[in-house]
Amino acid sequence: MINTKVKIAGVEFKNPVTVASGTFGHGEEFADLVDINRLGAVTTKGVANIPWEGNPTPRIAEVYGGMLNAIGLQNPGVDTFIERDLKFLKEKDTKIIVNVCGRSVEDYIETVERLSDEDVDMFEINISCPNVSHGGIAFGTNVESVSEITKQMKAHSKKPIIMKLSPNVTDITEIARAAEAAGSDALSLINTITGMKIDINKRCFAIANRTGGMSGPAIKPIALRMVYQVANAVKIPIIGMGGIATFEDAVEFMLAGATMVSVGTANFFNPNASIEVAEGIEKYLENNGFKDVNEIIGLVK
Amino acid sequence: MTKIMDNGKVLSQDELSKDIYSIWIKTDIAKTTKPGQFVNVYTKDPSKLLPRPISICEVDKDSIRLVYRVTGENTGTKEFSNLKTGDDIKVLGSLGNGFPTDSKSTILIGGGIGIPPMLETAKQLDGEKIIVLGFRDSNTFLANELESYGKVYIASEDGSIGTKGNVLDAIRENRLSAERILACGPTPMLRAIKKYADENNIECFLSLEEKMACGIGACLACTCKSSEIDSHSKVKNKRVCTEGPVFNASEVEL
Repeated sequence: MINTKVKIAGVEFKNPVTVASGTFGHGEEFADLVDINRLGAVTTKGVANIPWEGNPTPRIAEVYGGMLNAIGLQNPGVDTFIERDLKFLKEKDTKIIVNVCGRSVEDYIETVERLSDEDVDMFEINISCPNVSHGGIAFGTNVESVSEITKQMKAHSKKPIIMKLSPNVTDITEIARAAEAAGSDALSLINTITGMKIDINKRCFAIANRTGGMSGPAIKPIALRMVYQVANAVKIPIIGMGGIATFEDAVEFMLAGATMVSVGTANFFNPNASIEVAEGIEKYLENNGFKDVNEIIGLVK
Repeated sequence: MTKIMDNGKVLSQDELSKDIYSIWIKTDIAKTTKPGQFVNVYTKDPSKLLPRPISICEVDKDSIRLVYRVTGENTGTKEFSNLKTGDDIKVLGSLGNGFPTDSKSTILIGGGIGIPPMLETAKQLDGEKIIVLGFRDSNTFLANELESYGKVYIASEDGSIGTKGNVLDAIRENRLSAERILACGPTPMLRAIKKYADENNIECFLSLEEKMACGIGACLACTCKSSEIDSHSKVKNKRVCTEGPVFNASEVEL
């Protein structure tokens, strides 16, 4: 019997696979196509203290081996999230990681406080969305603001927190260290990489926001490199993501030092990708003589 | 309604007109399909990630027909157009809500590649039907097939067939009227139809199009502006893939 359980900040996950925020809705949207009970965790779409409208359309564009998105964190707000979406997720046999977004530190605090007494397992704090003008990435690209918001989250949250890091920085290890020093329980990386596409026939930007966050298999080598760097710079656990579509991708991230992995954009072209990744990791362990998934974390130095 | 991800089998494929292809696919999705719904079609090229949302043109017992435009060389639709009888094709459906088909006298309006969903809709619609189709030029498609279900009026931008101009020019020229309009086509056409229906006090349903990633309501890429706060999103946005693609024209801002 192979152990696939992993632990982050005292929370035990049945397997190391979750879904990346924004690619799986709040779970219910995928319920016809995916057995949610087989996931280590569901990571929800970003939730704010009040409903957000998001950006104008077009909000996405396909690019070679990936896509750009500038959804702009549209969400129904924390009240609807609790009444409807969380109610659905609580019925499932999986852990719940709520992704929290905000335009100001006060917004983040309000959302985290509202959710702290609810049946959620962890918060993932989105300080890295490249597509909103206030909040998001603005908090995540310098050491002082990362440190400040991490401290505030720790002070107001009754659940462990995961700071989600942006790759759109000069040195991601510096940001990672700042989050760790400020008390973050774990880190998740990477969020999307800012990109652009131009429609040469209409001679305009392919998405209304002009720039969008790039995701998908094409960004995997960059994400993997950053996970490796951060894993060697901090002691707290890492949830690795960025272009993971297959179990082979996931195993690479774990060998580089990730304790868990998130399947993101792959959910759009293969709704069952996350389950296939979880099953594939277990097969890989079996085929290679490992008894415990924790044995492979950070095995490649 | 349960959504199914299925490995369909291509039964046949024909080119109806320049760059317009018609493909019949054997799939269980057929059993639950309503007119005006769509399917996600997946390419086999790993560099092209996203499914292509394509409206369902016709349904038989165990198969669906898609009529689609090849949008260029090296596109997903180009890949689909090369599929032969017996080939596999991955499809997810049925997606979206579909057109109302209760008995009312109806004008069905299709513009360009918005025409295909009108075929199954015309087939299943009770009541008197008038069909108005807009084309760029005389390269028409599906017009003959639609004639089995109602009188067909054609408008072409270059005047080479039917009324010169757009679908509303054809409606005005032929003094067409009905209790209800169902329309699918480019946004400028839908915007004009919404205004026309409003001015003439005709109930109107529009099938919208927007760039989509998931097709199942999760990614929030394909939103449109709604006139009131939507009960799901809690903002003035509706998901084209889930609350739509068909909307009562009064519900949406175009």
